[in-house]
Amino acid sequence: MPNLKDLKNRIASVKSTRKITKAMQMVAAAKLRRAQEAAEASRPYTERFNAVLGGLAASVGTSDGAPLLLRGTGDDKVHLLVVMTSERGLCGGFNTNIVKLAKQHAQKLLAEGKSVKILTVGKKGREQMKRDFQSNLVAHVDLSEVKTLGYDNAKDIATDLLARFEAGEYDVATIFYSAFQSVISQIPTALQVIPASYDAPEGDAGGASADYDYEPDQDQILADLLPRGVATQIFAALLENGASEQGARMSAMDNATRNAGDMIDDLTVEFNRSRQAVITNELIEIISGAEAL
Amino acid sequence: MADTMQFDLVSPERNLASMQVASVQIPGADGQMTAMPNHAPVITTLRPGVLAVSGPEGDVSYAVTGGFAEINPEGLSVLAEKAIPLADAKAADLEPVVAAAKEAAATASAENRDMAELLLADLEELLQKMV
Repeated sequence: MPNLKDLKNRIASVKSTRKITKAMQMVAAAKLRRAQEAAEASRPYTERFNAVLGGLAASVGTSDGAPLLLRGTGDDKVHLLVVMTSERGLCGGFNTNIVKLAKQHAQKLLAEGKSVKILTVGKKGREQMKRDFQSNLVAHVDLSEVKTLGYDNAKDIATDLLARFEAGEYDVATIFYSAFQSVISQIPTALQVIPASYDAPEGDAGGASADYDYEPDQDQILADLLPRGVATQIFAALLENGASEQGARMSAMDNATRNAGDMIDDLTVEFNRSRQAVITNELIEIISGAEAL
Repeated sequence: MADTMQFDLVSPERNLASMQVASVQIPGADGQMTAMPNHAPVITTLRPGVLAVSGPEGDVSYAVTGGFAEINPEGLSVLAEKAIPLADAKAADLEPVVAAAKEAAATASAENRDMAELLLADLEELLQKMV
């Protein structure tokens, strides 16, 4: 039976753990709100951008004259997987889920005899991908110094991707991130960014875009916009990921706080019982001592 | 004829402006153009430059580094990669962009050099206007 002193120390240590997880939960809640606002603020840009690009892409089609970014290299031998994860842990299954999806994807491609290159964004994903795919890792983007995610971060990643694409290092690029559904549900998602697929705007919007004059001409605009489109998609994914990370952390820390509470209750009951036992023991000793006299 | 139109200036990070305006001067890829209400539908890319908005609520100028504008009779939306109100713009904000453009111009292949140098020249002109 653990002695009273030990139990007391345990309770004290679990209590301070609970304080920490509670604080982390609140910090995550505040950060989540900010991340969601950022994701919301970027939505008008992304939506309009995709609408315009969709209209343009639909009119150019996948003919031979279309830019490589749109129709692809015509090959799909080399795949680049961009795995976006967080820089910090303690966020439940967030990183594991993304990595699991990426690994499945990678294994499927390898089984089909294709080669796979992996670019990681965020420290946690790199650590996990390293275990199975060390030889496939080609680059890593470190965002640990970044306090607020800006478009520039996305642009840097996109520039890197495009440079590699132009150098012919890969044929297809897919990004892996977590789509934010709610605090308790984040869905790991794979999105192919190169060659990009844009949906033509539905209904009359598609008809309207055909009437636009283009300055300079359509092809040049498309060539100008497609690289930006990659950056926009990466930026949107980064923001979603940020919100998902905080959401996952919030629910993980909420669970931890609750578990710590349960543990404290159990330990307190045990502590009281042992104290009672000690008192009873002492009483018996005193009484039997008195009787012996 | 309507004398104002809807104007939206959006950057990836936030919505910068959404208001009724009388006219907007756009640094288009093929030259400066002014959009007024009932303009024919045009989509144009932007060069780095100054976006001058004039409307009933006064005139505002924004420094933009690139992006594109979608004009239709009802209004126009400008999707700028980076846009700063000219009054608050500091040269420091643009320095990284200019530095990147300089590097790109220096390393560009022969066919892209003209474009890269043009971009750099535009940026430097914009910088001049800001100081």
